[in-house]
Amino acid sequence: MAKSSVIGVAVDQIKTRQHPSASIVVVGNPNSGKSTLFNRLTGLRQKTGNYPGVTVERHVGVARAGDISLELVDLPGTFALSAHSLEERIAVDVILGRMPGMARPAGILVVLDATHLYQGLYLTQQLLELGLPVLIALTMTDAAEAEGIRIDLPALEQRLGGVTVCPVVATTGRGLDRLREALGRLAGAAAPDVPEFWPALSAAAGELARDLPDAVTRTEIERALVDGPGELETHVAGLLGADGHRRLDELRARVFRGRPSLAEEARHRYTWVREVMDEVVQRAPVLMSWSSRIIAWLNRPVPGTIGLFVVMAVVFQAVFAWATPMMDAIDAGARALGSLIGAALPEGMLASLLVDGIIAGVGSVVVFLPQILILFLFIIVLEDSGYLARAAYLMDRAMRSVGLSGQSIIPMISSFACAVPGIMATRVIPNRRDRIATILAAPFMTCSARLPVYALLIAAFVPQETAGFFNLQGLVLFGLYMLGIAAGLLTALLLRRTALHGPKPTFALMLPEFRKPNLRTVLIQLWGRARVFLYRAGTVIFSVAVIIWALAYFPQSEEVAGELAAQRDRAAVTLSGEALDLAVQRLENEAAAAQLEQSALGRAGKFIEPLFRPLGWDWKISSAVIAGFPAREVVIAVLGTVYAVGDEADEATLSSRLRNAKWPDGRPVFTLPMVIGLLIFYAFCLQCVATLAVMRRETNSLRWPLFAWAYMTTLGYLGALAAYQLGS
Amino acid sequence: MTLASLERGIRYVIASVDCADPVVQRLMVLGLVEGAEVELASSAIGGDPLEFRMFGNAISLRREHARYFTVRPVDSIG
Repeated sequence: MAKSSVIGVAVDQIKTRQHPSASIVVVGNPNSGKSTLFNRLTGLRQKTGNYPGVTVERHVGVARAGDISLELVDLPGTFALSAHSLEERIAVDVILGRMPGMARPAGILVVLDATHLYQGLYLTQQLLELGLPVLIALTMTDAAEAEGIRIDLPALEQRLGGVTVCPVVATTGRGLDRLREALGRLAGAAAPDVPEFWPALSAAAGELARDLPDAVTRTEIERALVDGPGELETHVAGLLGADGHRRLDELRARVFRGRPSLAEEARHRYTWVREVMDEVVQRAPVLMSWSSRIIAWLNRPVPGTIGLFVVMAVVFQAVFAWATPMMDAIDAGARALGSLIGAALPEGMLASLLVDGIIAGVGSVVVFLPQILILFLFIIVLEDSGYLARAAYLMDRAMRSVGLSGQSIIPMISSFACAVPGIMATRVIPNRRDRIATILAAPFMTCSARLPVYALLIAAFVPQETAGFFNLQGLVLFGLYMLGIAAGLLTALLLRRTALHGPKPTFALMLPEFRKPNLRTVLIQLWGRARVFLYRAGTVIFSVAVIIWALAYFPQSEEVAGELAAQRDRAAVTLSGEALDLAVQRLENEAAAAQLEQSALGRAGKFIEPLFRPLGWDWKISSAVIAGFPAREVVIAVLGTVYAVGDEADEATLSSRLRNAKWPDGRPVFTLPMVIGLLIFYAFCLQCVATLAVMRRETNSLRWPLFAWAYMTTLGYLGALAAYQLGS
Repeated sequence: MTLASLERGIRYVIASVDCADPVVQRLMVLGLVEGAEVELASSAIGGDPLEFRMFGNAISLRREHARYFTVRPVDSIG
């Protein structure tokens, strides 16, 4: 995408202009508090771009340490330097200095979670071997204290080859000053002494190092031995000469004795980790707190699963119920602005452009900002608190029945906010077939751009009644979410039975602890989302609103204007007072409708109307739907514009305008079967260029996005057809 | 006995691992190796997947993979 390349340039400029030295990489396990610490250290001095050739996000920020500024690179969370998933491979390549366009880092800031030392120390040990200066930030020290974990810091520093360990609480900022100070001294410091944990491997690597250039690090040699066939191994073997592969194989036989090398490495490293933990960690027994009792209960199978459904139902209710006052306020504001401008300007093209085009078009989309923010707030909080991983675990069995694993749940839940990050989240799925099936199922999840369309139609056509505890409008919305989920899962099932047939997916997942989400991190993410939405409203939707307005305004028909003038004169002869005003108003509306019908938009809509006639759509809806193909929320702006032009009451909301829409013979356009059909169309149809682009990049082919587009559009059309034809 | 048949409330230690399957090797990198102490924390509906605690970390895996890990209670000697 163009956006990332622009940001990429900005990052490079930071590098060359202010920081000629190489950067410091921030490395840690997933959920170790790494991003919170990174945000603390860099504040808002951050840039987000992509690594070349892949869609993994690259976070670069500038941290102040005394009077020096340092460039920090936040790497994707990883458990080990053996690259398992795409994100881990990126992390490893950057650390080893093998990422094109990035220098070998000047130092490593290891983020070590005090409550999860076991896995953290495994990665730390691998990082200590890199020959780079290392600094350790020991995070979550407050949580560790609460859990009765006591860590002997001097002993830990000594076992880790003399590196500095700075205890911090990233959420409150405790210990950050000392960390900054240590960071300032990091680049150029000596590399730590490497802890000895596996003499046979060290000996083999040492033997090879004698015949290799100095530029090849000890870690690279060891990885070539342990990880086996791959880019790195070919590289090392090539440097060793003609018998390189044979020598590597001989050494492997000696070190691993025919056992799987990765398993052998894990055995040796964890033996060392347990030794270190026995020496430096003391655990005091603590009473189970109230909250951990509740969490333990929620982890039990039945309460946990019921809890998951309650959480989701509450989210959807909140999206509808909480947002209403704010939405009403925005809506009233937009209409007040419209009538203010309408009154101040003389009637004509400029007033029509501002009121009917821009304010009606953009305003009808911006009004959904509160709902979108509430939805994103829930998704971010669920993710940050560790609940989404729990959902993956709870849903694994259900997902298995459609040929996927619990790991596909996280991309799907993210897709409720937006399919683009959802599809990106599929990177944690190691198997390609599982991943593609998930990518094709994800766009069926009801995203935040579908929400405005649903919200508009539901608010206009579903009565505001309560059915028991739930509100009827909320129930219909919930039903649409369920429809999307069902269609997505069925699609995955069909694909796994046909084109993506293969062995069933495996499942293994680290479950993070429940943590209170950090307000600051949540707000930074929420602001990012709001900015993207408003940016789109200000650019794409603004442009579409203006274009649609122009298509609806031009060409102005002389004939219609002449007819209106003649009829008005005739009315003035026979009528007077209020009756005359009413008659004139009616004539003006008829003229505006006639004008719209013969405009460029009207003609285009009429041209395609036959295609959508079987769905019960008039030319206005048909043209709005067509205009919405690049981005589905545009349809609201278009409806806002086409129904504003030629409507009698300036004060009316879009909902009431839709309710008043009539066929030429006087029947209402928006009948219940037609509205249900339209909702189904939007539940299925893939109207989003951004999703298609990310699908192309993530599957690395044009085939899958094209298939998804054709498949989902056909499904949407057929669904709407069935609803209208059966219901009418 | 294996990881697939743990009783709740008892601590076990992994005695041996059948590590031919690459999935099992990945689980070893995540810490499920000989000498690691594990406890059954919970299971999802239908008893699968299982959740284990290991030195303060929670890890979840399916029964079919849990079977590759042989365990014994921490207190027993053999």
